[in-house]
Amino acid sequence: MKKEVIFTLKSLYREDMNIYGYRFGKGNPSACIVGAIRGNEVQQLYICSQLIRELQILEQRGAISSNNEIMVVPTVNHFSMNIGKRFWCLDNTDVNRMFPGYSEGETTQRIAAGLFDKVHGYSYGIQFASFYIPGDFVPHVRMMETGYQNPSLANLFGLPYVVIRKPSPIDTTTLNYNWQVWGASAFSVYTNKTDEIDEESARQAVSSVLRFLTRMGIIRYNCHGGYIANVVREEELLNVKANVAGIYRRKKNPGEEVRHGDLLAEVIHPLEGDVISQILSPTDGIVFFAQRAPLVMENASICKIIRRLHG
Amino acid sequence: MIETVVSIGLPVDENMIIQKNRLQPDVVNGTEKRFLVITGTHGDELEGQYVCYELIRRINQNRERLRGIVDVYPDINPLGINSINRGVPMFDLDLNRIFPGNPEGHMAECAAHQLIQDMKGADGAVDIHASNIFLREIPQVRMSMETSERLLPLARKINVDYIWVHGAATVLQSTLAHTLNAMGVPTLVVEMGVGMRLTRQYCDQLIDGIFNLLIEMGIWEGESVNVKKPIISTDGQVRFVNANASGVFVPCIEHWRSIGKGEKLGEIVNPLTGEVCEELFSEVDGMVFTLREYPIVVEGSLIARILGGVSVDADGIMDHGSIAQR
Ligand SMILES: [Zn+2]
Repeated sequence: MKKEVIFTLKSLYREDMNIYGYRFGKGNPSACIVGAIRGNEVQQLYICSQLIRELQILEQRGAISSNNEIMVVPTVNHFSMNIGKRFWCLDNTDVNRMFPGYSEGETTQRIAAGLFDKVHGYSYGIQFASFYIPGDFVPHVRMMETGYQNPSLANLFGLPYVVIRKPSPIDTTTLNYNWQVWGASAFSVYTNKTDEIDEESARQAVSSVLRFLTRMGIIRYNCHGGYIANVVREEELLNVKANVAGIYRRKKNPGEEVRHGDLLAEVIHPLEGDVISQILSPTDGIVFFAQRAPLVMENASICKIIRRLHG
Repeated sequence: MIETVVSIGLPVDENMIIQKNRLQPDVVNGTEKRFLVITGTHGDELEGQYVCYELIRRINQNRERLRGIVDVYPDINPLGINSINRGVPMFDLDLNRIFPGNPEGHMAECAAHQLIQDMKGADGAVDIHASNIFLREIPQVRMSMETSERLLPLARKINVDYIWVHGAATVLQSTLAHTLNAMGVPTLVVEMGVGMRLTRQYCDQLIDGIFNLLIEMGIWEGESVNVKKPIISTDGQVRFVNANASGVFVPCIEHWRSIGKGEKLGEIVNPLTGEVCEELFSEVDGMVFTLREYPIVVEGSLIARILGGVSVDADGIMDHGSIAQR
């Protein structure tokens, strides 16, 4: 294992912010794994730390195939993480909306450029990501539909679902999208938490990456086969909304099966405590995403369901 | 007539409401032209607040001169303004990156969708921005190259000093202005002043420009205003100056003034050691149209933008110099 500083940002009021890359193996740049780009992505940081620990053991055992180099970048924006902010501490911009970056530009463009310069030559790019709407997901691999994406590779992570997302203009500035544009196969791995640690799904995420690296011949690792993924297009997910605002009481969790008419959630009158709305499942299926926050706005999307196909 | 365009329930006994003020003649026949004045997308940009107030006040004072419809939307991100948030509170994305919105999406995406439904079909619009808290801007219109053919004639009438025709970036396809332009509503984006402040002089200048546009469109009856002749440039003439050190920026020039090649813009200093960390110089002869207002900088922070080949006298009158007139 080689630990190196891949980018440094100097600040007058704080110690330098160093972005580290941990390299394992030697030779062809095979796989690059990036963790927390946003300051609240603590689960993503934790997963990377555990992955680095595992890779170190595998390297010592000689389990990294020859002529393969893996790099892990566990955190990109701990300046914000250390002070409890999601986005860049000075101007609140999002580093993951700045790719491929610009080394002569604004601070977060420089951070993105400094990172991208070091991570763009790899064949496979894997990012532990978080979604712009907070809530809990079923663990899945997400790919952007760029015309270069390959869902059958995403299957090799052995996570239960692969989601294909059609990029909107704002997605074109993410790391995942730019990796693909530069010729890498890029995957975003979503676990069920962001700003808190969930051990079980962190373990699942670490295993899924090791499984992928094994199946690509980059490492040798004994893993069980995982799931055969269902490939879902994001627009096929059924969006369920709250019809009134109030206090939200979740009744079904991500991964649970639901039948048409099952109670998904209740909305409670925020002052008087009565149930003012019962949100029922409009279909048979599996809960893919569910809101976690205890308050809900009118018309807010509280859950997304993968419809079960009959027949 | 004040109308509620968007109303979305918040958790505890409140609705997020976006309102507009529709100003129209007492008798309408349905053929009137409609112009939109929109601001408050970014909750830390306040220059447009005064523009809306003063525009409505003047229209109401001479209501008989109104020949068409003016819809004024002073705060399309009311929760942001209320809480000094640039974005929409509780939402990650910039409101100006999610248009045309999505009726199935988050509260901000629903609001964007409903706003567009209300705005479509108008004959023209201005979307007023005020930079951010970091940078001060001279009154200017920004547009992409692809919209310039259609928008330049309008932009010339709105009494700004500068028109920046920039290359198109994909992310800008999700702005309010791009969406309206694509729907056939010619929309000018004005940037002026600085975040969290009002600059009366710039606001008054723009109000005169909006009246001039309303007169040209037949919405307001009056004598054409003698508007400023803007300098028009593309990206090629704009030089960016970014900090290469972190510290406290102390300017030694004023905003909206000429600067010579090699002339000093300011210093980045260190308040702990008493040293100068970096001296910043202009690489061109030109005019400083963007200048850092917020003193704390880190590596990369934008310090200034300079329009090359332009000079400006003490009254802010610019000499177009080597910039070609279109
Ligand atoms: Zn703005």
